[in-house]
Parts: sequence; C-alpha cells; structure tokens
Amino acid sequence: MIDVALSRRLGAFNLDVAFKNGEGITALFGRSGSGKSTTINLIAGLQRPDAGHIILDDCVLTDVARKRFVPVHRRRIGLVFQDSHLFPHLDVMQNLRFGRWFAPKQAGSIDFHAVVETLGIGHLLKRWPNRLSGGERQRVAIGRALLSSPQLLLFDEPFAALDVQRRLEILPLIETLRDEFKIPIIYVSHAIEEVARLAACVIVLENGRVKASGPPEFVLSETASVSDDPRFGRSSLLTARVGTVDAAFGLTELLHPAGHIWLAGRAGAQGSTARIIIKATDVTLSKARPSQMSVQGTLAGTVEAIAADGPFALVGIALEGEGRLYAMATRRAVVDLGLQRGESIFALIKTVALDERMVAQPAAPKPSWLEEPAVADKCQPDGSRAP
Amino acid sequence: MLHLSAAEWTAIFLTLRIAVVATLCALPFGVFTAFVLARWEFPGKMLFNGIIHLPLVLPPVVTGYLLLLSFGRRGMIGSFLYHYFGIVFAFRWTGAALACAVMGFPLMVRAMRLSFESIDQRLEHAAGTLGAGPFARFFLVSLPLALPGIIVGGILAFARSLGEFGATITFVSNIPGETQTISSAIYTLTQVPEGDAAALRLTAVSIAIALAALLVSELVQRGAEKRFARAK
Repeated sequence: MIDVALSRRLGAFNLDVAFKNGEGITALFGRSGSGKSTTINLIAGLQRPDAGHIILDDCVLTDVARKRFVPVHRRRIGLVFQDSHLFPHLDVMQNLRFGRWFAPKQAGSIDFHAVVETLGIGHLLKRWPNRLSGGERQRVAIGRALLSSPQLLLFDEPFAALDVQRRLEILPLIETLRDEFKIPIIYVSHAIEEVARLAACVIVLENGRVKASGPPEFVLSETASVSDDPRFGRSSLLTARVGTVDAAFGLTELLHPAGHIWLAGRAGAQGSTARIIIKATDVTLSKARPSQMSVQGTLAGTVEAIAADGPFALVGIALEGEGRLYAMATRRAVVDLGLQRGESIFALIKTVALDERMVAQPAAPKPSWLEEPAVADKCQPDGSRAP
Repeated sequence: MLHLSAAEWTAIFLTLRIAVVATLCALPFGVFTAFVLARWEFPGKMLFNGIIHLPLVLPPVVTGYLLLLSFGRRGMIGSFLYHYFGIVFAFRWTGAALACAVMGFPLMVRAMRLSFESIDQRLEHAAGTLGAGPFARFFLVSLPLALPGIIVGGILAFARSLGEFGATITFVSNIPGETQTISSAIYTLTQVPEGDAAALRLTAVSIAIALAALLVSELVQRGAEKRFARAK
C-alpha cells in the first residue's frame, strides 16, 4: 500500500496531490500538464517535493517534515518511461540483468525465464536496443524494471509513442503482470481506453490537484474531457456482461440492462463482466426505437442533461438500469428533435467505432446490478470528491 | 634519407614518453573534472571552470613560470613533495610531463565534458530506479557511454603534449637527454649555423608522428562510431 501526499511548486505550476492505493493498478489520469509525470518522478525519488510524504508498505520514503529522503536507488521502485531508455551500450540480455545486480539477494523471487516468457522477448536477448521495434523496446523495458524486483511499478505513459496495434499487443501483458507477479502498479496515462481497461482505481489530476478518485466506472464517466478538444475527449464508461458470440460474423454481444451493443472480435468468456468505453462522438440519438438501420447497438435511457457548447451540444443520458452515456450532437439537431430533460431516448452505437482496446475485464469491483453493492474500499480519496 | 643521430633519437623517445605519461596521468583527473562540470551544480562552478581553462588562454610561458614558482624546488608544492616524497619536478622529464599535462588538460576536459553532456540524463535516472547508486551509475552507464569522447580527449591532450614548448622550456629548461623534446631540440638547432639539416630531419619526424596520431584518432573514432551506431 502506498500513501502519497505531496506538494511541489514549479514556477507558476503548483502540484498538490494526495492519494492512497491498494493492490492492482492505480491509474493517474489527466491531460498533459496536469502533474502526472511530476507525481511519478516524486514517488520514484527523481525529484524532491517541497512538502509532504510518501509511505510505501510502512516504509517512509520521503517525509519533508522529518527530513527523510530515501535516494532513488534504495527505493526499489521500478519505473517504465515513455521512451524505453534502454542502455544503448548493453544488449537486451545485459539490459534485463542490469537491475538484478542491485536487487537484494532475498528479493530474487521474480524468475528471469518467467518474465522473458511472459513478455515474449526470448528471441531478442542477443539483440542491441537499436535493432528493436518500439513495441519490443517497451517490452524489454518492462522486463528490466520487473527483474529489479521492485515493490512498486510505475508506468509513465509507457505506450504514448506506440501505435494502436502495438498497444493492443502490450495491454494484455500489463494485465498478466498485474495478475501473475502481484506487484502494485501506478499507471500514468491520458488514454481513457487504457485507464478503463487496466485500473482498479483511477485518480484524476487536473492542474496539479486530485479532481476525483475511485473505481473507473464512477470516476471516468463523471470526468470532464481529457482531450484538449472537448468534442473528442468526452467518453462514457459502461459495465456490461459478455453475451453470445456470433462466430459467423465475428461479433460479440455485450448485454446491459438498457439494451445490447455488438462488438467486433472477442471480449472474454460468456457471462463475464466487461467495461466498455464509448466516445460521445460515436453515439447517435433517436426518439423512436430505430429499425432497418445499419447501426445495431441500441441503448434506452432518459435525457438527463443538455449542455450547449458553440455549435455543439453534449447530451447526458441516464441509461435504464445503471450508467450514464454521453452523446455529442449539433445544437441544431437537439433543437430539431425537441429534446427535453426527462424525455426517453434511444442511443445508437456504431459497432465499428468500438475496438478491443476499449473493452476490459476488470479485476474488481463488479457493478451493483451484477452483485451486491461493492464500492471499492481499496481506493480512498484523500480530501477529494468521493464517488 | 633520414639518418638520425643518437641525440635526435633520444629527443624523439623522450617526447613520446613525456606525452604518453602526461596523457595517462591526466586522464583520470580529466574524466572526473569533466563529469563534475557536466553534471554537478555548485557555487563557484564558473570560477572553477575558468581556472581549468586558464592554460588555454594564458601565454604558455606564464603557465610555465607559475609551475616553476609552485612546483620548483623552493616552490610551495615542490618543496613539500621533495621533502616528504622525494619527488622532484624542476628540470626533470617528469616536470616536462607535468607541464604537458597542465597545458593539455583544458582540451581534454572540453572534449570529455561535451561527451558527458550529450548523454541522455534519463538513462542515468533509469539506472537509479533499477537500484544503481551514484558510483554504479557512473561506471556502468555514464563512463561507457562517454568513452568515445574520453578517447578523443585523450588524443587531443597527447597531440598537444607533442608540440608543447613554451611552458616546458620555462619550467624545466632545455636539457639534452632530460628535458629536450623534439620541439626544443629543433629550436636549439635553428640557433646554430650548421643545424639546418638536423632540424629538417626532426621536422620530418614531427610531421610523421603528428600524422600517425591523427590517423589513430580517426581509426578510434570510426571504431567507436561503428560500435555506437550499433548500440544506439
């Protein structure tokens, strides 16, 4: 468990964050300049805070008031950078072994071969970093951090430099790390799909402060846009159950009390829970239940809020059962349809707009309509808006 | 054809010995100074940097005279070293090596500092997060990555030593067999009427050594580039 309360002044920018996390993956989420990377650097010990403390499993790493600062190399916190930062003068094998020389002997619990196998980098061991692709480099960097036997792993936007295809390859690996090596992970990202998929707990940063924290279902759909263009940044996060697979057409059905959505590809075992990200620009609204349309995913709900923004309008829909869905439309369309608050509405979602990246199998917690209410107690917002 | 006298051979070997010793002895200090200048921030850094670079801009005779004042038998450092360790610099070949080291030091540090500064500091940070302390970071990451620049710095200092004249002749004079290098031998020969042929012979040798040093430096740099291109 890590307990963080930090403040640091950087010119006009003030960072002031506090949070605690438990097992699994905690995501630090926010747009660029919100203080994510600074927070990571402070936790890793690469920078010093002006005030505050960092406590990892009863071990005080930083405490400004008590003048305690454990240097970076004694913290045993692995850090995977945005660019891999592999040592160019060492081959892949030597890079992987680098951290091993310094790990305490009794901490050698992480098996070299298990890591190499999990990350699928066995065929790269003799290569030089400059002969690796971006995705391979990041996998080696993850392996290098893991093999130093860290007590905590930090990922600082590890896939920012990779294309969507490479991300799709690596995201399941992070899930495997979470489940197999049992190391707590703090994951920095501004990609809502990654955060929704991986994290058990999300901490949203804005202008150096914690704006919200809690399980992704609660936090992400409440969070204002993260992209610099609000039109494309607004997304909703729904929890659904995996239904039948249409093998002939290669589609999977996702069931929600408000209706169903079809997803291209597979999304885990039938009956399991899946989280899905739906961008507001991918949602079409209809007052009547549509028929004879190419769009086959329909969710029913009630108009809850309409926020006009220039030529656009953001419509918030309370879905039947649970969840809130955002739809972006033109303001004229809202006027022409005569949309009013409290009116029932059908949201149409294009199957082709959803990719595998947007669907995750959460480790915990399950939504209330599947089980008894179980708001994660692992995630304790400190002085921030509780979900 | 080149037919060198024994005295001329002596001058050539002495010059090479002085240059090699000066370069090798200055190397660790140069690497450390370059790293300090590239990575550390401390009050008085600019002054420190200025003092390091002083021999580059001072007249060599002034540097030599300062060395004589401090490292001479009656100089502060010189008398201390002689009294406690029996080491003498003044009018010995070791003194010539010291003069060469001092004169070549700024060139050496400059090349190495640039090399250290060009290393992505985040690689050192990465090594830190993997558990490497300051020493391990230096020897396992910074030093190997700066190696091409360190070699170039060494060769620069070596080449500078071959041609050192002003500081050497002021500090340790021009004693055949002890402190007479190629440069001071040529100078002496130009002062006597029948010295032209010998001076020309030594000039030819000088050119040969300089060319060889350039060639070696080129080869080393190319080799390093090759290795680095592979590693980048």
